[in-house]
Amino acid sequence: MAQAASGALTSAGLVRAEIDGVLCGYATTLPHLMLANLFCERFSLRPQYAHGMAAGGATGAAMLMLARELVQSGRCRNVLVVAGENRLSGQTRDSSIQTLAQVGHADFEVPNGASVPAYYGLMASRYMHEAGITNEDLAEFAVLMRNNARRHPDSHLTQEITVADVLASKPIAEPLRLLDCCPISDGAMALIVSSEPSVGVRVKMVGAGQAHFHQHLTALQDVMNTGAGSAAKLAFQEAGLTTNDIDYLGVYDSFTITLLMLLEEIGFAARGQAAQRVRQGDFSQGGVLPLNTHGGLLSFGHCGVAGGMAHTVEAYRQFTGQAGVRQVKTPTHAYIHADGGVMSSHVSLILSREG
Amino acid sequence: MTNNQSVMTSLAQPYLEGLTEHVLRYQHCSACARAQTFAHDACQFCGAESPGWHTSTGRGHVHAVTVVGRAPSEAFRSLAPYTLVVVTLEEGARLMGHATPGVQIGDAVTATFFKHLDQTLVRFEPLG
Repeated sequence: MAQAASGALTSAGLVRAEIDGVLCGYATTLPHLMLANLFCERFSLRPQYAHGMAAGGATGAAMLMLARELVQSGRCRNVLVVAGENRLSGQTRDSSIQTLAQVGHADFEVPNGASVPAYYGLMASRYMHEAGITNEDLAEFAVLMRNNARRHPDSHLTQEITVADVLASKPIAEPLRLLDCCPISDGAMALIVSSEPSVGVRVKMVGAGQAHFHQHLTALQDVMNTGAGSAAKLAFQEAGLTTNDIDYLGVYDSFTITLLMLLEEIGFAARGQAAQRVRQGDFSQGGVLPLNTHGGLLSFGHCGVAGGMAHTVEAYRQFTGQAGVRQVKTPTHAYIHADGGVMSSHVSLILSREG
Repeated sequence: MTNNQSVMTSLAQPYLEGLTEHVLRYQHCSACARAQTFAHDACQFCGAESPGWHTSTGRGHVHAVTVVGRAPSEAFRSLAPYTLVVVTLEEGARLMGHATPGVQIGDAVTATFFKHLDQTLVRFEPLG
């Protein structure tokens, strides 16, 4: 976290004293009451506004949205948004899986021996049934994310895979197989949201929206309307833009089904057609709508809140020409989406390049 | 002071006690006459407070299905692979439970009960 935060300070050309707001994501391996204070003391910051936040996988995007509210209202000038976790090495894999499974309902779901992949497996079965999705369709996204991750020096998973490899991988919670699931990783991310534009390329958050329809999978009333579309609509309305204006995507991908459902519900592909867009190359680095060029949670890795922030960090790098071999044609408008729980908390952000 | 967790748990007590008696209970709003998924302080549709509890026929249709190959804890490892479903009960509430392997979305099922370690759980079996 310190390394990520130092990197963000350097990149923004700011010194510690200029950070007057700090938002810090929760960590399952460090369930502390005051994580932002803990971080600030250790990193030597004395902000006038600071606290931790928790909205599951949507936490990173939710912190960025709040950071913008704080600078827009005049409460803060420079808000450091930071998260990190040693989710892989800080606990046993069993302990991690068990902790995460508790996002299920304590009385109605968890007692059945349900796991996070089981909640997503159930959701996948219903969505595949209603939208006519195949396992091959899901697998396309695993392959795309792996190909992208192979170009990022910090990726967790880089071994080349094919659609056949995904289909042949171990069943975890069918229809989801091992390669449909993200790994458990270590990592940290930091971004600074400022009231005044930095020097050089300016990236502005021009729209944001949220939606929270349910917490648990069983309470998800309609797989075709999880809240993702509602959150996106708010963001697009505020930005005065449509999906057609977007030329870079950073979309949450805890499982292949997550990514496919989000793209279709938000409208970046027609129902049942997202995989076809992958096959056409639309979402590839050189395509019309590059998607998660860092490799996403599926292959870059899932280190908790920081994993969900990586999509925005990568968008920032693409805007500012810092993506190296992953660089796409400089984006004009990027759409970011994160979800927490089982499509439970949704946060949409629209970032635009200025200057 | 009351422990928060026990307050939250007690809301579902009629359902949990029903399991040990091999009956399926669900919350029902007397104001708008709609069945509730889970247990709520107020009706999820009209907001009327304190929905009461009714007994379900236990029959319904499979809404979603998965086969868990990787159990989340040691307690369930001996059962793996096991089939989990979300069923839409005849009365309209949705409920998660175990199921007979091979059930498909849309199948008509009925609730049976089984004991795993010290807990009574629901297993949905094909009807007829």
